[in-house]
Amino acid sequence: MSGDVSFTFDGTPMRAQDGQTIAAALIDHGINSWRRTRVDDQPRGILCGIGVCFDCLITVNGEPNVRACMARVEPGDDLRSQEGTGYGD
Amino acid sequence: MIADVVVIGAGVVGACCARACAEAGLSVIVVDRGAVAGGTTGGGEGNILVSDKEPGPELDLALLSRELWAQMAGALGDSFELDPKGGLVVAAREDTYAHLLHFAGEQRASGVVAEPVAAADLPDLEPRISRDLVGGVLYPQDMQVQPMLAAAHIIEAARTTGRTTLMTECAVTGIDLDASGAVCGVRTAEGTIATRHVINAAGTWGGEVAALAGVELLILPRRGFILVTEPLPPVVRHKVYAADYVANVASDNAGLETSAVIEGTKSGTVLIGASRERVGFDKTLDWQVLGRLAQQAIEVFPFLADVQLLRTYGGFRPYCPDHLPVIGPDPRVPGLLHACGHEGAGVGLATGTGHVIAQSITGAPTSIDLAPFSPARFGVSHVG
Repeated sequence: MSGDVSFTFDGTPMRAQDGQTIAAALIDHGINSWRRTRVDDQPRGILCGIGVCFDCLITVNGEPNVRACMARVEPGDDLRSQEGTGYGD
Repeated sequence: MIADVVVIGAGVVGACCARACAEAGLSVIVVDRGAVAGGTTGGGEGNILVSDKEPGPELDLALLSRELWAQMAGALGDSFELDPKGGLVVAAREDTYAHLLHFAGEQRASGVVAEPVAAADLPDLEPRISRDLVGGVLYPQDMQVQPMLAAAHIIEAARTTGRTTLMTECAVTGIDLDASGAVCGVRTAEGTIATRHVINAAGTWGGEVAALAGVELLILPRRGFILVTEPLPPVVRHKVYAADYVANVASDNAGLETSAVIEGTKSGTVLIGASRERVGFDKTLDWQVLGRLAQQAIEVFPFLADVQLLRTYGGFRPYCPDHLPVIGPDPRVPGLLHACGHEGAGVGLATGTGHVIAQSITGAPTSIDLAPFSPARFGVSHVG
């Protein structure tokens, strides 16, 4: 899709609409999962969508555990799918 | 329904009472108006501490309970995250440290292992700790447990004896006394249970249960909040707390008191406490309190400034005027026993409490003297 904000997801250039949340932008691109759980390595994406459940965590510009449903895509964002705590343990 | 013993309260204290009674061969019914660990237990951190206890009856109970927790973990497997991580109490000022070292010396004389740690050696124990502290004391006997899992698994262990029944979402509406004034039954939303023994394990609400039997028991709520961080790799190894926590626990100040208590959990989150306020049963979230907890935690572990909080939770610590729990038979009502009012130490003291309550019911000599915990210490008065 086209859009007016450029960002990358795991290194792939993508575009989002201005004001879209990270979760909305990724789902627009057909990406439904961007984290794997700490213990059982299960895929995770949007669950509650309103900032409560902390399931949709993603690493944004090196900062882990950002809620994709709450954070808007900013121009040039480097989004990385997250493994476990996001701290490389 | 009929049972040798009815336990009111399915928190960790009620669970330990039920298991100890069932192991002693008694039939037990555990009744709770809510869910397992839905009251006082669920609002706590799961501390099993000797470090914050001054020499005296509570420390004796804590040392007994600690041994029983270790046995419990051995018997029930690693089902409730028992972690013998040890406690590290730290001081930020010379005068606080001198007081802490003196306190530790008194504890050592009562059987507590307490090892002074010089400021230069603190990072060996906690690599991420502040370099601005003047020293600490290591308490290897301190442990941590996941309190909700503990309550659930201990009740389950009681049930596997075949002598324990659990009734949740079932309020107790009355305690029946016979012509001599002794306990003869417990009325619940699902019918009356004929019994000769009632154990009041209702935590912060122990006074309400006592009133059902016609006696007054002064147990009051002290509100505490806990912050929960995002899951992290293991970064906080011990239960680390500031030396002024001990003074706050013992304080009679009605206002807000906070002191940093920081520890990692097996699930990766870091728990940050501890606040104490006497505001009745008001659960309203107080941002000012949360901010103070966060600030004090950052003073001990500066890296926490860049860590996100996932959530907070609060609970009520049931306290008595003299900060000792109420454990043992109530001389005013034969058959009524109390096991409540443990303030912030209920999880840690639960195993010992259950142990001596079962001994008391079966007529065995109790492992520790229950006189300091007796409800009679407040004077003997009936309600109404």
